[in-house]
Amino acid sequence: MPDPAIVELTKSRVREFIREPEAVFWVFAFPLLLTLALGFAFRSKPPDQIPIAVVHGPHAAEWAAALSKSPVLLTRLLSPEQAKDQLRTGKITLLVEGDRQPVYRFDPTRPDARTARVEADDALQRAAGRADKFTSREEHVSEQGSRYIDFLVPGLLGMNLMGTGMWGVGFSIVNARMKKLLKRLIATPMRKSDYLLAQFFSRLIFLTAEVAFLIVFAWLVFNVKVHGSLITFAILCLIGGFAFSGIGLLVASRAATIEAVSGMMNLVMVPMWICSGVFFSYERFPDAAKPFIRALPLTALNDSLRAVMNDGAGWLAIAAPVGVLVAWGAVCFALALRFFKWQ
Amino acid sequence: MSESAIHCRDLRKHYPDVKAVDGVDLIIARGECFGLLGPNGAGKTTTIEILEGLTPADGGDVEVLGMRWNGHARELRERIGISLQETQFTDKLTVIETLTLFRSFYREGHEPDELLRTLSLEEKRNSRVGKLSGGQKQRLAVACALVGQPDILFLDEPTTGLDPQSRLQLWEVVTRFRAGGGTVLLTTHYMDEAQRLCDHIAIVDHGKVIARGTPDELIAKLDAPNIIEFTSEPAMPAEAFDDLCVGYHGCAKRGPGWQLRVDSLAEAVPRLIAIVEKSGSKLVTLSTHAATLEDLFVALTGRELRDA
Repeated sequence: MPDPAIVELTKSRVREFIREPEAVFWVFAFPLLLTLALGFAFRSKPPDQIPIAVVHGPHAAEWAAALSKSPVLLTRLLSPEQAKDQLRTGKITLLVEGDRQPVYRFDPTRPDARTARVEADDALQRAAGRADKFTSREEHVSEQGSRYIDFLVPGLLGMNLMGTGMWGVGFSIVNARMKKLLKRLIATPMRKSDYLLAQFFSRLIFLTAEVAFLIVFAWLVFNVKVHGSLITFAILCLIGGFAFSGIGLLVASRAATIEAVSGMMNLVMVPMWICSGVFFSYERFPDAAKPFIRALPLTALNDSLRAVMNDGAGWLAIAAPVGVLVAWGAVCFALALRFFKWQ
Repeated sequence: MSESAIHCRDLRKHYPDVKAVDGVDLIIARGECFGLLGPNGAGKTTTIEILEGLTPADGGDVEVLGMRWNGHARELRERIGISLQETQFTDKLTVIETLTLFRSFYREGHEPDELLRTLSLEEKRNSRVGKLSGGQKQRLAVACALVGQPDILFLDEPTTGLDPQSRLQLWEVVTRFRAGGGTVLLTTHYMDEAQRLCDHIAIVDHGKVIARGTPDELIAKLDAPNIIEFTSEPAMPAEAFDDLCVGYHGCAKRGPGWQLRVDSLAEAVPRLIAIVEKSGSKLVTLSTHAATLEDLFVALTGRELRDA
């Protein structure tokens, strides 16, 4: 039989949250919109066509027709002056000129110019009647787990677990403190730890819903999959939720106003948004900074979420970042209990 | 078992800028209603919160139901009910949800629905707390204080800001709780509330008890059952009333006019009118009433309760 006070406190917190439409939007709809926007902005596109030009001459029309059959090239007809000018300014990468036989004019240090030369020559040779000795076939590769969206979704999930964990716990506590509700609660026989645990349990309920929501959405819209064990993934999300609820409790443990707690929350969260590899990999930071970045809870959560989702990692592979998360959660919870201001 | 519900000796609480409680002794018997009466800032709330175990005292000794806060806090919390001066419950929860939450903290207590009936809140059972009127919120606060079936009920300014009907309803709740054998300690700055509800009253000012007793005893301290209040144009000096009549007990400045304490109105009023006329002043207002605790406070401090 669970402690009735914990059950009632958790129920109250859940009710309070779902009766606040704005909060529901920020927790559920906002991450979806963010995923959608970033997913489309950075979706995988077919390679760009390479712009080339044919200079006016006896065979110009014939060559241009042949070249325009290549899917890789974007061909146009230009006068010699225009063509030279555009080649010089990089608007086109290759010039096809000559009276009887084609002459390719290009900068060989540009990789796309060399591709264009090979493609253009191939197209013109075929048009001139060259027969292929055999028919080759192409197979295109797009490895799942290597796209930007595969990198992005675990990062957004981690960011969301951090944001909702900290705001969800922090705001409700500071609000209750401002309304003297905390003081009223400790005037009853309620155990103080019950109140803090209920904050944590109610977070876990929302967390389950918000993770499921985002993961199903990413799967349906972007075909992002969890390659590792779903159970490992679920437990990892709970550990992440626990760590950030703990940090949220600590941040809110003494704040007397919403302004104060908002400032402190941002102070804690903004560096992690930037450093912890939400939108881009923290590999870009200098090597000396990396041990500190890896010690941040959001880095630990993002690293282990990516390992489980994209590489199918098990517990052994993510032991270090999970250890970091548990340590953050436990230490912050203990400190919050110690320093919590009830009135 | 100790006879008194609450016993405190030489209670002190000093803040850097003010001595909020400065040597208060109280003995509150089981089953009585005890009132701390005083103006805002007199130290009533600090005193009651020390007794409730919410604020630590700087000095003195508190015993509640024969126990001390240090060591018996949880046991005491089970047996007292508290309504703070300005608690706001969560707006998004309903009345019954709020009361059920508070019920869950106590080992024993009332059925929440039964309590809502007692407090005439059953119609608001499923309303959000944010939609309640001031009086309904206050009754909910008292319901939350009563839900653990306490032996002692602490009410800090339970009717401040309420309309007359809501005040009457709350007074009824207090009366009913006492009928069941409960002890009540309340603070108020309404002398009519104290006079009507309380068996014993301590009048508090600047952190000290300046008078104590039953309402009748306190009024008797005035030595005068009747009060005359009047203003004149121009105002009169205090010496003008010195030989008003036999049974004149003194005066106090009240606003632009005077308050005179007398035994007999029939004797004093005609004499007063004659004195005013003789001095060449004009009487502007004149009223009389039977002495109240308010008058005692004015006589003791020279200030009024409401805005002292």
